[in-house]
Amino acid sequence: MTYLFISTLGIYVAATVTALAYFTTQQEKLRGLGRLLLIAAGLAHTCYLVTRYLQAGHTPLTSNHDAVSFMAWAMTWGFLSFRYRYKVKNFGAFVTPLITLLMVVATLSSTTVRELPPALQSGWLPVHASIALLANSFLALAFCGGIMYLLLEGEIKKKRFGLFCERLPSLEALDNLNEHCLAVGFPLLTLGIITGSLWAKQAWGSYWHWDPKETWSLITWFLYAALLHQRFTMGWRRRRAAIMAIVGFAAALFTFWGVSFLLEGVHSYVG
Amino acid sequence: MSADTILALGLNHTIAPVAIREKLAFSKDCSRPLLALRALDGCDECLLLSTCNRVEVYFVSKSGAAAADAARKLLFAGTDLTDEEARRYTYFHQGADAVRHLFRVAASLDSMVVGEPQILGQLKEAFRLAGEHKAAGFLLDRLFTKAFFVAKRVRTETNIGGSAVSISYAAVQLAKKILGDLAGRKVLLVGAGEMAELAAEHLVGQGIAEVVVANRTYERAVTLANRFHGRAVPLDDLHAQLEAVDILISSTGAPGFILTRDEVKPVMRQRLHRPLFLIDIAVPRDLDPTINDVDNVYLYDIDDLMQVVETGKADRDQAAAAAELIVAHEAAKFGEWLNGLAVVPTIAALKKRSAALCQAELAKTMAHLGGLSDQDKKAVEILAQSIANKMLHHPMLFLKHEANGMDTQARLSFIRACYDLDETGGEEPERT
Repeated sequence: MTYLFISTLGIYVAATVTALAYFTTQQEKLRGLGRLLLIAAGLAHTCYLVTRYLQAGHTPLTSNHDAVSFMAWAMTWGFLSFRYRYKVKNFGAFVTPLITLLMVVATLSSTTVRELPPALQSGWLPVHASIALLANSFLALAFCGGIMYLLLEGEIKKKRFGLFCERLPSLEALDNLNEHCLAVGFPLLTLGIITGSLWAKQAWGSYWHWDPKETWSLITWFLYAALLHQRFTMGWRRRRAAIMAIVGFAAALFTFWGVSFLLEGVHSYVG
Repeated sequence: MSADTILALGLNHTIAPVAIREKLAFSKDCSRPLLALRALDGCDECLLLSTCNRVEVYFVSKSGAAAADAARKLLFAGTDLTDEEARRYTYFHQGADAVRHLFRVAASLDSMVVGEPQILGQLKEAFRLAGEHKAAGFLLDRLFTKAFFVAKRVRTETNIGGSAVSISYAAVQLAKKILGDLAGRKVLLVGAGEMAELAAEHLVGQGIAEVVVANRTYERAVTLANRFHGRAVPLDDLHAQLEAVDILISSTGAPGFILTRDEVKPVMRQRLHRPLFLIDIAVPRDLDPTINDVDNVYLYDIDDLMQVVETGKADRDQAAAAAELIVAHEAAKFGEWLNGLAVVPTIAALKKRSAALCQAELAKTMAHLGGLSDQDKKAVEILAQSIANKMLHHPMLFLKHEANGMDTQARLSFIRACYDLDETGGEEPERT
């Protein structure tokens, strides 16, 4: 564990605390401060990823520590990238805790750089792994949006306004957020599966092995495909879209961790 | 002049169902029915008020109930209701009760949404029309001027208007929370009530693209739609319209639900589940409360909105109670003024005033004059009194005789003002 990683984590924690403080107090100063802290964390994190690359000699995405840390990094920049396009009030209060949680998981995982097995020594590694993790990070953002949607909608439906009604943006804005995250996340997920399949062909000779990770990523893909299809044809918007974003992300998380830790397969040396 | 000559006859949302009200709501022009009322036997003055939720006639007549019967017949002339039914659906107030009723209406205490501000404007418009057609004379002039004053007092001294305005504000805020930007959205008004109008006004201020009005009587829908440069549709078209709009404000005052959950569900499929915000401000409610359970549909009734703006029921009741107190007080004051308008008490007051002046002036003069005999003193007193009496002779004749171009109330009022018999010191009668 390097000092750089620890300080990155520290800035993430500070950004999270600030975002939560902004959520509770609604003081505009805190909003700007939170964003600055998150940008600082993102920059420190970028430096850390570079040091990991130099340390390992290959793209550092093969251990759980690196994968989770990369996903947190991708979420940070994903979040920062479109908070300039969409103003989603207090989105940070939901996203930054999740990022920090991922960083804590990364902290708890081993940082040892292991020798790469021959099968993984390929140009596909950085492409496949980073695309898949980027997809996950956008699906995670959609998940946060889904949670926010359900919280706010619950208050409006029950007609009891508590924490969320004045703090969250409109249901419409949250639904747009859901659409935007999936519009980015789903093509990335598709690409992740395609590149994985191409890599599999190169490494093991066939495109598809029905390895648990492959099966679960396919299940996840179908979930999101169904959601998007229904959204555009049947009007599965809003509440259902929010629920599906949460269910879909649960499936994505299971694909990411559950499969690696619980099920045996060709991906099992990841993690 | 007795207070009992002031009569109020009419019907509102509490006594008559909307189907009855709309049969006799004079949507376009009240001039014709107003002139017909004016021409009735025994009707000295009259004024006709017609809104979505009420039709009322205020008139001055010495024949009391008989005049009310004639007016009721005239109001219901265009309907197929029997006389007995017409009687059941109307209220009739006389004298002090009529005054109090008008003051309550003007102060918006009798409205479907208590405190809604539109009624005062409608009342003023009715008053203007009555003046234009010379249907309102001295007494109604005075009565309505007072009513507007009472309404203003109630508005400034209690918070009664606050909740109605904040309700429509809350509706707009909620609409924004659900639909985001309101620009380009469509709103459907079902029923053309005053409160719906107010809410629509607020929404249009937010850039709503189109206002559609559905109403049982099409003409009224057209009138309201024109106000917002919108479109009028027949009420049967409600379901079809529901597919296209984003916000619905219902205020029909129909006896039952006009929209149920089972009717909304298929509409949502056709809408591709685009969210729908329903506002039910009717009492009794127009929209089945279980509609709120349908996905992406948000239904708020008037109580829900009240709860949102946190004007607790206790606050509202308190404001209403304070308003009622003002109304009662002002009605009593008006009643006193009205009673004073009789010839006999006016003459008595006039005599009393002159006697008091004589006594006061005599007392002052006697203090300076020394050495007068009792006989001399008596002579001076008689002199003073007879001058005063001679001065009063013509004013009294003026009061008693009708043949001088002014009616009794006007002459009474004139004399009372000349001699300041109400001892108002200018506080009251000048308001016009």
